[in-house]
Amino acid sequence: MNAPAAQPLLSVRDLRIVFDGRHGPLTALDGVSFDIAPGEILGMVGESGAGKSLTGTAVIGLLDPPGRIAGGEIHLAGQRIDNLPAEAMRKLRGRRIGAIFQDPLTSLHPLLKVGDQLVETILTHLPVSRAEARKRALDLLKEVGIPAAETRIDHFPHQFSGGMRQRVVIALALCAEPSLIIADEPTTALDVSIQAQITTLLKRLCREHGTAIMLVTHDMGVIAETADRVAVMYAGRIVEIGPAEGVTRRPSHPYTAGLMASIPSVHARHEHLNQIDGAMPRLNAIPPGCAFNPRCGKAEAFCREHKPGLPLAGHAAACHFPLKEAVHA
Amino acid sequence: MLDQAATLASARVAGDDIILDVAAACCRFDVSAPALSRLFSHEPRRILRAVENVSLTVRRGTTFSIVGESGCGKSTLARMVVGLQRPTEGKLSFRDIRRADGTIGPPRVQMIFQDPYASLNPRWRVGDIIAEPIRELKLRSDEAAVQQRVGDLLEVVGLSRTDASRYPHAFSGGQRQRISIARALATEADFLVCDEPTSALDVSVQAQILNLMVRLQKEFGLTYLFISHNLSVVRHMSDDLAIMYLGRFVEAGPAEQVFTRPQHPYTRLLLDTIPDVEQPNRERRPMSGEVPSPISPPAGCTFNPRCAQAADRCRVERPELRQLGGVEVSCHFA
Repeated sequence: MNAPAAQPLLSVRDLRIVFDGRHGPLTALDGVSFDIAPGEILGMVGESGAGKSLTGTAVIGLLDPPGRIAGGEIHLAGQRIDNLPAEAMRKLRGRRIGAIFQDPLTSLHPLLKVGDQLVETILTHLPVSRAEARKRALDLLKEVGIPAAETRIDHFPHQFSGGMRQRVVIALALCAEPSLIIADEPTTALDVSIQAQITTLLKRLCREHGTAIMLVTHDMGVIAETADRVAVMYAGRIVEIGPAEGVTRRPSHPYTAGLMASIPSVHARHEHLNQIDGAMPRLNAIPPGCAFNPRCGKAEAFCREHKPGLPLAGHAAACHFPLKEAVHA
Repeated sequence: MLDQAATLASARVAGDDIILDVAAACCRFDVSAPALSRLFSHEPRRILRAVENVSLTVRRGTTFSIVGESGCGKSTLARMVVGLQRPTEGKLSFRDIRRADGTIGPPRVQMIFQDPYASLNPRWRVGDIIAEPIRELKLRSDEAAVQQRVGDLLEVVGLSRTDASRYPHAFSGGQRQRISIARALATEADFLVCDEPTSALDVSVQAQILNLMVRLQKEFGLTYLFISHNLSVVRHMSDDLAIMYLGRFVEAGPAEQVFTRPQHPYTRLLLDTIPDVEQPNRERRPMSGEVPSPISPPAGCTFNPRCAQAADRCRVERPELRQLGGVEVSCHFA
């Protein structure tokens, strides 16, 4: 981090998110640290409730009360953004950080033509005339692969199929050429053949525009084929982070290894699937020490007392007894 | 007379192990505009062909899977099998089976739904949810026996007897799906229709539920009709497999064969486009186009607009399903 060239686009350090509830505060995210380089796709995987979407929400500044950032820092291209006033954050959102959500039907306004939604977004963020904005909207629709964009620009969201709607949402996210896009489960609501079209599109945009993407998903297959690096989350912490191939092929944390082994194979039929018994702990009952210890086959007394740290290195696991390769914690 | 019927039934049971026979079933929905609007705008009637001419047989104790993208008719087919939807044409028939206790009769059919958050009544205790079919069908004589059975079922699916007094909200998605399975088993079901039973679950939980389903199949000799869009889950579960596209089977046969030697271009494309953790291919070329509307399907082979091999013949003549080395395929070029 000495040379300015190596400066990460997004840098999250020790992020801690707390929800103040009736029965006291719940820590939903604890000590989350990661970087995203310009033009890089970072995959965030984990089970429901692990905190992956919450991380994205915090980065984009859409965390709603009673949730609040209780510690840590978020930097975008060197500028601290987690403590920005609401108005400044609103200007930054859409301009420098774009967002793509899971359900393309609920993230588009049903009563506005898609062209008008694009033009409005462009006019909000860029100093252009309405005519220029419309031209740019048309170019964007063409770029994301909407056929007959000249006529489709005046259609309403309900006239598009799910895959086409998601393309419109991507065009919306690209309006102001943001340097970072938070894509929260962008393909989960789509069919497999359409899912592949959307991930291919995201990869192409990343390559051509140098946009960095934080890709939140629970689909390991999508991660393995799309992401450059991957962070695995469990109970509000990152348990393993590293290059996508290393993490998926040679997992170092027992949780990641269990997760990978529980995915049925398309290549062969097995009698029995590996399963991780039990379930992820609730936020009010996270065990002391390593949060995974009650489900871990390798857990020892040490794991029940000491919380493993996560080094910021190439491929690292927050585990006292990592399986192999990764840097020791 | 009665004796004769019994021997006939047992002969059928002994003859083959087919439990469900679907013969040329069709399901069409009339989605036309109201009659008066049609009259003024001179619109014709519009028919949505959800399932067209589907035939299949399911063998007892096996898993038959149906795979396809949204809108291909797989859930409509499942609803026809459980009797929630009448076929417009064709016939679905269950064959009588001989159970472990010696009784002979048609199989008891139950369904497991996709969303365990929507399929359990939030205001009922888990014990009552599972007991309802037992009480409704009067399978136990007194309340103590019902409670005993509910407790046993909870243990069979890996929950604890004391969970009966709790409400569904106290359970996670995977545990709720276990409750759905216990409810389905409460009737001593022989045949379970599972409509995407794990697609709302996380992978590690999915593995637990799939393992449970495999174990129950072995223990109770259950037959599954398994609906899914997830090919790796289907690979894990199925003995037989049918790939559906726009209401029709495009390829059907033993799962192993379909997976190792896919013959229909759609099956091949489907297998090619799924992201793969084991052998990731970052340069995968996605299938172009989308599933057309089942209201106005393309002429000829319905897959022709997305097929790389499509020729003039495919745009005119619809290929029929034909036998090709143990697998049924509907493609002119297979």
